[in-house]
Amino acid sequence: MIYFDKVSKHYGETKAVEEVTLSVAPKEFVSIVGHSGAGKTTLLRLLLAEEKPTGGSVFFESINVNDLPLSSLHHYRRKIGTVFQDFKLIPNKTAYENIAFAMEAAGRTDAEIASDVPYILELVNLADKAHNFPNQLSGGEQQRIAIGRAIINQPEVVVADEPTGNLDPINTFEVVEILKKINELGTTVIITTHNKGVVEAIGRRVVTMDRGKVVRDDISGKYVL
Amino acid sequence: MNTMSMRRMIGAGWKNFARGGAVSVATVVIMTVTLGIISSLIFLSALLSFTLDFVRDQVDISVSFVTTASEHDILALKSKIELLPQVKSVTYTTREQVLADFRAFHATDQTILQGLEQLGDNPFGAYLGIKAKDPSQYESISSTLETTPALSAGGASIIDRINYKQNKITIDNLSKAIAVTRSGGLIIVILFALASVMIALATVQLAIYTAKDEIGVMRLVGASNAYIRGPFIVAGVITGILATLAVLIALFPIAWYIGTKTAGLLNGFNIFSYYTSHFFIILIILLVSGVCLGGLASILAIRRYLKV
Repeated sequence: MIYFDKVSKHYGETKAVEEVTLSVAPKEFVSIVGHSGAGKTTLLRLLLAEEKPTGGSVFFESINVNDLPLSSLHHYRRKIGTVFQDFKLIPNKTAYENIAFAMEAAGRTDAEIASDVPYILELVNLADKAHNFPNQLSGGEQQRIAIGRAIINQPEVVVADEPTGNLDPINTFEVVEILKKINELGTTVIITTHNKGVVEAIGRRVVTMDRGKVVRDDISGKYVL
Repeated sequence: MNTMSMRRMIGAGWKNFARGGAVSVATVVIMTVTLGIISSLIFLSALLSFTLDFVRDQVDISVSFVTTASEHDILALKSKIELLPQVKSVTYTTREQVLADFRAFHATDQTILQGLEQLGDNPFGAYLGIKAKDPSQYESISSTLETTPALSAGGASIIDRINYKQNKITIDNLSKAIAVTRSGGLIIVILFALASVMIALATVQLAIYTAKDEIGVMRLVGASNAYIRGPFIVAGVITGILATLAVLIALFPIAWYIGTKTAGLLNGFNIFSYYTSHFFIILIILLVSGVCLGGLASILAIRRYLKV
């Protein structure tokens, strides 16, 4: 489904990603682990076409992501739900509007939005905070809204970059449970993390990166650095 | 772009503006100042045109006749002059009127009046006052008059003098001053307009800069550039409309106050009367400027953040 073919990304002299070859199958749950600066986030940015690789190619199904023109990137990105460490909610939209925005952007009808958004708010257990703005929500609540936004369009893949990085243990546990549930429903999930507890709670495939390279890829791995 | 997307963009633009708080208020204030400058330029331009017309109206060629010239000959010449394409109007003042005007002007100067009495006869000739359509045409009118013989039945010239020669330097200088004022005024108008546009652009850019992360997120969740750009343009247009309304309302007391204080100094030009009589054209100029500035500034400002 996703295939990194000898992908490199250099920023001047710095080699953020170096000749990474990696494939992710449909419905997999992959944890990418590594120290800060190991290249985890860069790998996800390459998948989202936020960055162009210095060498190699990134494929999503049969699409060479690097060949997509700027004008059609949004069609591609609708196939991927994205969750960030710093949540990246739109500050002047309510929780409801943040989730609805992803549906509006995808051209979904008002009736679909009115039916699906409350359902997702229930799923992330935030129905009572629908009309709160991001600054009126805790970190955990904001991250659950961000997950809601990521899954609202039923994407084929959810990509989560350090989704628990800013959360306390209880919220971390809740977020991991939601991501596992999403994966059980058939969505491919790729997360990056340094949190050993998160990796072990997921208990699925672990890809370890170090200095831009994949140094370990365990099918049912544990957190080993 | 379908109706649903348009409706959503307008709704989102309005919400963005309403929730923008201090940033929205600051943008409207700056846009109001910009439109205020544009409106003051409209008034300055009107005042300039009014003054130029007033000054132009003071210039003429006067043709004085000998005292023996008959009214019939003078009126015949008047008809001829009126046919010249450069001539706007010709006024005829009789000998008797000239004498009456002279007496009225020197009513308190007994020495002059006594001197006039001693002469016995009316020493003044009649004259024609000629106004040209444009100050630059006085030269050609004067030349035509000099080359056109105006003779009495006896064959003598009835023209005493044409005062264009005497006033030529003044008229030339005035024509040059009018030309310079016009081009200078145009340059000033363009410079002010450019400065205003740059202020508005910088302000809207600053407002959109605060939303650059938000724009990046919108791109990442799959929104198209057009869908992201729309609400910002709508917010820019709303800013322009509100600023236009603010300027139009503020101009009523300002124009009234300035009008009452300056009407006597500006040769009768009343800024308030001008504002009320030209309200709709000023409204349209300001509204188009405000809406275009707000919308265009948003398009230019957002462009750089859409390359994610």
